[in-house]
Amino acid sequence: MAALCESFTLCGLGPSGAVGLGGGLLALEPGPDPDHVLLTDRGRTATLFKVSDQKPLGCWSVKHGQIITCPVVCNFETHEYIAVHDDKVLRIWKNKDINLDKVFKATLSADVYRIHSLPNGGPVVLFKGGGVRTLDVLLEAPQQEIENIISDEIIKWSEAFMEGQQPVLIFATEKDGDFFVYVQKLKMNSLHKYKLEQQELSRPLSFTAYIKNQIITLLCLYSNDSVYEVLMPLQQNSEEEQILSKSLLLKLSVSGSVLKGTSFVVLDKDHIAILGSLAAPGEESKECLTIWNTKFQTLQTSKELPLGTSGQLWCYEEKFFFTHGKVLTVMMYKCETSSLAAAVGKLKDSQTPDVSSFVDWNTLADEELVVSFQSEQSVALKSESKMTLRSKRNTVAKVQPDTLSVGQILLNLKDASTTVFENELRQLVSKAQMPDFQASIGCVITALIKRCKTNPKYYPQNLLLHIVETRDLSYSLCPDLMAVALEKKDVHLLQICLQRFPDIPEEITYVCLKVFLSISEAYLQTTDVNLESVISYTDVEFNNKEVKTEIVENGFNAELEHDIWNTKITKETHPMADGELCPVGPQKAALLNAVLQSAYSEAFLLPHLKNLPAQQAVLFLRYLYYLYVKCSEKINTTLPGTRCPTISQIMDWMCLLLDAHFTVMVMLPEAKELLSNLHKFVRAQVRFYSELNKIEGSLQELQRRNHERDSQTYSIEVLEFI
Amino acid sequence: MGEFEVHRVRFFGLVPAGIRCLACQPHGARLALARTDGAVEIYNFAANYFQEKVIPGNQARSVEALCWVAGDRLFGAGLGGEITEYDLFRLCVAHSVDGGGGPIWSMAANNSGTQLAIGCEDGSVKLFQVVPGGIQFGQNLNRQKGRILCLSWHPSDTHIAAGSIDVVRVFNVSSGQTVQRIMMNYRVHKVKRECIVWSIAFLSSGTVVTSDSFGRVQFWDWERGTLQESHTVSTSAVLSLSVSEKEDSIIVGTSTGATYQFQLLPVKTGSLEKRWVRTKPFQHHTHDVRAVAHSSTALISGGLDAQLVIRPLVEKMQKKGYDAALRKFTFPHRCLVSCARKARLLLFQFSQHLELWRLGSTDKTGEDGEVLPLCRMPEHLVQLKSKGPEHICCSCVSPCGSWVAYSTASRFHLYEVQYNGDSVSVKKVPKVPKLLLPAYQLQFSADSGSLFIASAQGSVHVLQLLEPGGCKHLHTFRPLSGCPEAVYLLAASADGHWLAAVGGDWAIHIYNLKCFKHHCTVPTYNCAVTALAIHPVTNNLVIAYSDQQLFEFSIPEKQYTAWSRMVQNSGLHKVWLERDSPITHITFNPKNPSHILLHDIYMFCILDKSLPLPDDSDLLMNQTTLKQLPETARQWQLHAFKICKKFQPLLFADLLDENCLVMVERPIMDFKTQLPLPIQQKKFGT
Repeated sequence: MAALCESFTLCGLGPSGAVGLGGGLLALEPGPDPDHVLLTDRGRTATLFKVSDQKPLGCWSVKHGQIITCPVVCNFETHEYIAVHDDKVLRIWKNKDINLDKVFKATLSADVYRIHSLPNGGPVVLFKGGGVRTLDVLLEAPQQEIENIISDEIIKWSEAFMEGQQPVLIFATEKDGDFFVYVQKLKMNSLHKYKLEQQELSRPLSFTAYIKNQIITLLCLYSNDSVYEVLMPLQQNSEEEQILSKSLLLKLSVSGSVLKGTSFVVLDKDHIAILGSLAAPGEESKECLTIWNTKFQTLQTSKELPLGTSGQLWCYEEKFFFTHGKVLTVMMYKCETSSLAAAVGKLKDSQTPDVSSFVDWNTLADEELVVSFQSEQSVALKSESKMTLRSKRNTVAKVQPDTLSVGQILLNLKDASTTVFENELRQLVSKAQMPDFQASIGCVITALIKRCKTNPKYYPQNLLLHIVETRDLSYSLCPDLMAVALEKKDVHLLQICLQRFPDIPEEITYVCLKVFLSISEAYLQTTDVNLESVISYTDVEFNNKEVKTEIVENGFNAELEHDIWNTKITKETHPMADGELCPVGPQKAALLNAVLQSAYSEAFLLPHLKNLPAQQAVLFLRYLYYLYVKCSEKINTTLPGTRCPTISQIMDWMCLLLDAHFTVMVMLPEAKELLSNLHKFVRAQVRFYSELNKIEGSLQELQRRNHERDSQTYSIEVLEFI
Repeated sequence: MGEFEVHRVRFFGLVPAGIRCLACQPHGARLALARTDGAVEIYNFAANYFQEKVIPGNQARSVEALCWVAGDRLFGAGLGGEITEYDLFRLCVAHSVDGGGGPIWSMAANNSGTQLAIGCEDGSVKLFQVVPGGIQFGQNLNRQKGRILCLSWHPSDTHIAAGSIDVVRVFNVSSGQTVQRIMMNYRVHKVKRECIVWSIAFLSSGTVVTSDSFGRVQFWDWERGTLQESHTVSTSAVLSLSVSEKEDSIIVGTSTGATYQFQLLPVKTGSLEKRWVRTKPFQHHTHDVRAVAHSSTALISGGLDAQLVIRPLVEKMQKKGYDAALRKFTFPHRCLVSCARKARLLLFQFSQHLELWRLGSTDKTGEDGEVLPLCRMPEHLVQLKSKGPEHICCSCVSPCGSWVAYSTASRFHLYEVQYNGDSVSVKKVPKVPKLLLPAYQLQFSADSGSLFIASAQGSVHVLQLLEPGGCKHLHTFRPLSGCPEAVYLLAASADGHWLAAVGGDWAIHIYNLKCFKHHCTVPTYNCAVTALAIHPVTNNLVIAYSDQQLFEFSIPEKQYTAWSRMVQNSGLHKVWLERDSPITHITFNPKNPSHILLHDIYMFCILDKSLPLPDDSDLLMNQTTLKQLPETARQWQLHAFKICKKFQPLLFADLLDENCLVMVERPIMDFKTQLPLPIQQKKFGT
């Protein structure tokens, strides 16, 4: 899908501006390096610009009374500039030259129409009489006679290409309403003349051409608001003048309004850009820049240019150049491969992945949001005219009304009441088609958190949960969110964050772990935690526990039992000797699983993990051991259910925990039995796997032999020879 | 160009016999090789190491040693106790003499070619005088206990060194006395173990080189009986040893399959003092290397894994080329398979029996590379066992499948095979004409009406086959000029008009079968013919030579065809010429007269004469590349050679009908598993 992007002003063109002196632009040509353009005005001056810096790098003028008659071009091989003034006088200079009077000068015998500079072929000079010379040939004898081959026809347009190693020049002429096209191959010195098929009541206004697969495609913009395509084979044998037939490529009309094009460029095989005025019946026409898809005959995008243009449009390096009002404006565009879906605007928002994968760090804070949108446009501010300012405001208001409103809304809501605030935000969040949506959501969350911080009683848990669950957020997009959740002990939100955020710092992971381990089971029972990661392997224990409690209650004082529970570190109720029962409740287990599955880097986690209190470390290890045993029960060493930690995650955490608390574990009496059990279990596993290893070798060999036998002795196969 | 249904046959259970001994012809260009089954083969260095002659083996005749005497006489001796001289023209035993000392373990000829020494089981060394037409017993050297496993003459012919168990003796030839006795002591933990001297060489400097069962190569001063140098090259036995003519290089072969080169090199550059240095190790074999030979330009080794490896010494090469390439031969350079196209039968020739198989079939078609489901499995129809100790020299099945013929050194057999539904009956044809035997090649005519028998002295017999179960000698062709060598290749034309025969002198004679006359001789090309065939439509004779050249000779016009001249003018592709195995079979596709189908061990090729020849810048094996190209782009890349390397090692390929091929493969691993186990070596990680 093609799209027009941001624009900026390259330079002013008015009497006060840097160039032009009111005469307007003659032409724009690519400069010696990428991102450079050469600007020639209809007067005496040529200026070299670095486009991205919006900065003139050099400016050259001919003497008063002289006029540059042909766009200045750059010889890409020598990095020299070539200009023609007063039709016949050729000037060649280099970057370091300042005064054009003192540079190389050659007076030619005929009027020059244009010079075309080709990246590998050197400059080619087209004379008004249709003669063509390469610059090298011309400089050998500047006064050489130039033939006139087009008699009284007038050249309207010309273009040059490299085809293989040879330059090809194509130009169009007019005489009495008849249009002719000439194709000149310089090396072969061959010239072909074609006559363009006549079109009743309309005439070509503008041409452009490209070459592909030995075929020149000439596109003509006609005065009847249509673009026609003319194909010319490069290999042409017949000497006669041929009539070129054209085919309609594009009709420039959209739902009643018609585009009166003035100039156009080809963007890729399916897209052309046209500058012109869009006239709807009963309305005054507006100048605008449009991109059309020729494959599907659709208008892809357009941009109004209310200040008027000169009707000229150039395009280099995915940038449009045109005069808008009194300035030369540069506008970027994107042009992607066209598909029917994209052409009718039904493509599943091909830009969204771009946006979500990259966060514009400048647009995060809400105050900055507005500023940043302004700053995007602020490049245009460089030129101080009021007109520019206005145009900027217009564009902002039209192009990005939604995005801007996020910042504005947030600003406006700063002091609103809680209910209003939340309602507005909910509405905002539900708008999926916002551009730069990720950043906006980040801002929304930041605003929420800010409100939470200023008002300790305010904590919109549901809204936060909703946002975190439905949007692809990251920690870096809303750094304070988890801190607030930790403060509020909102374990559910923490669980969701741990599951969803890809970039949680190890410190926060550790704090979560610590909170989860320290929080009491009783508190957890009352909270809502997503249990899907534990539900399928702790089922049995729930039942067991219930049965047990019943028995216990039959014979014991429940309160006493409860006390023992709290003091004795769950030793009796959660016996680990045979690894049967889970040392933590299902809620805690689910939370710990979320920690186990979050991403971390060992080196950064280890120092924090060392701070974990010994009792909690033992409890965590106990849980890890429990999971490990659970995993090993199954042949494929995975836990049943969804979102379960994998065995390697469990093992990694176990190693990490043992590394962090090695000395503590050795000293701690309650860890002793656990460690010894763990050791026994691991040793048994190692033995078991080494046995399996041996079997695997034999099995592999058997399989290999079996396989060989199968394919042996006889088969009928198909063999193709080409 | 087309799809073929390929019958990929891997049930030909050929196990080539291991190589027992090698002998390079002194100053000559031939290598004699004896296998463990008693077969003797002659390879011609000049003809790109083509296996020129094969003397079929014999169960009763083992060959332990081979000797070239007086230039081109070849003697062999073995555990049968006889010394045998081979007739290299008729490819059979010329005569044999009993050695008189029990099994013979070793034999060596003196430098002047006048005497043969044999080392016998009873510990005696006997000398025989070589006389024209045979050998005569000369004298016994001083007999002592212990079998003589190896012998070597001093280049001056005055002394003989003999290796036995634990001891090396040196004899004075004129007196017959033992003049030196060297004990090969080897003590491990005070337990004395037997040391077998497997191979010995007597250098002109007076140094005796021995290789023994302890993996040592030792250099002795024979006069003092002292050890000069000792190199332990292997933990297992060093079985064979050979010295270059200049005595500056030695190759040894070990029972682990490795071979090593020793070179006599100066201690320092410019120094006169030289020592033997172990320079190059090679591991080309998987089994015992029982035989090595040192030609002037190459190290040659033969192992019990049936591989003959020729490793050129690159430093002796003038330029990189065909001769500088390492080559390995495992399979014979001729076809042991014949095919009955119409009946879809294959006849496999083993050393002492024949197997007749019927191919399976399918009723499906598929795409390139697809394996089709079988609707009928291949069927083993008949096994014909040859009686007696002699091995089969040649065999053939007629195109209709109802005749099978084979020949041993002394007998010729013709069978009529009848198929009644599922049962097969074989009937021997009685009273075959008495012919001059052995037959070297058998070929049925295309209509299965006659049998051509290649015979000695360039002659070809024509037998007419008669129903039911009879035959009649029709004619014998002989070359006009006479020829001492036997015919080894035959080709008959499909229309029954022409017969081409190639003899050991590489001359190709063409006979007219209608009027039984000699038609013409193909211009002599100085290289061995490896395969030839007559085109069924044009009667052009296509000839493949061992230097990989291809010629096409028009029989009716008695001249090379225009295409052949064009090939010679533009030259064949470099990669084609550098292939190291000869074309062993040529056939044609009658529906596509411009196609020639040919194959060697490693590739199958369809040569399309209508396409341009590739030049050296083109990719010769371009089939895989072509298959990846779109149809339209292919035609720019097409060239005449369409090569398929999918089937390896390819022992036989033939066209059954216009789009059906049969390929007989013998995967190396399949027969390696049938060889005796090599010495177990501990390898890391096993």
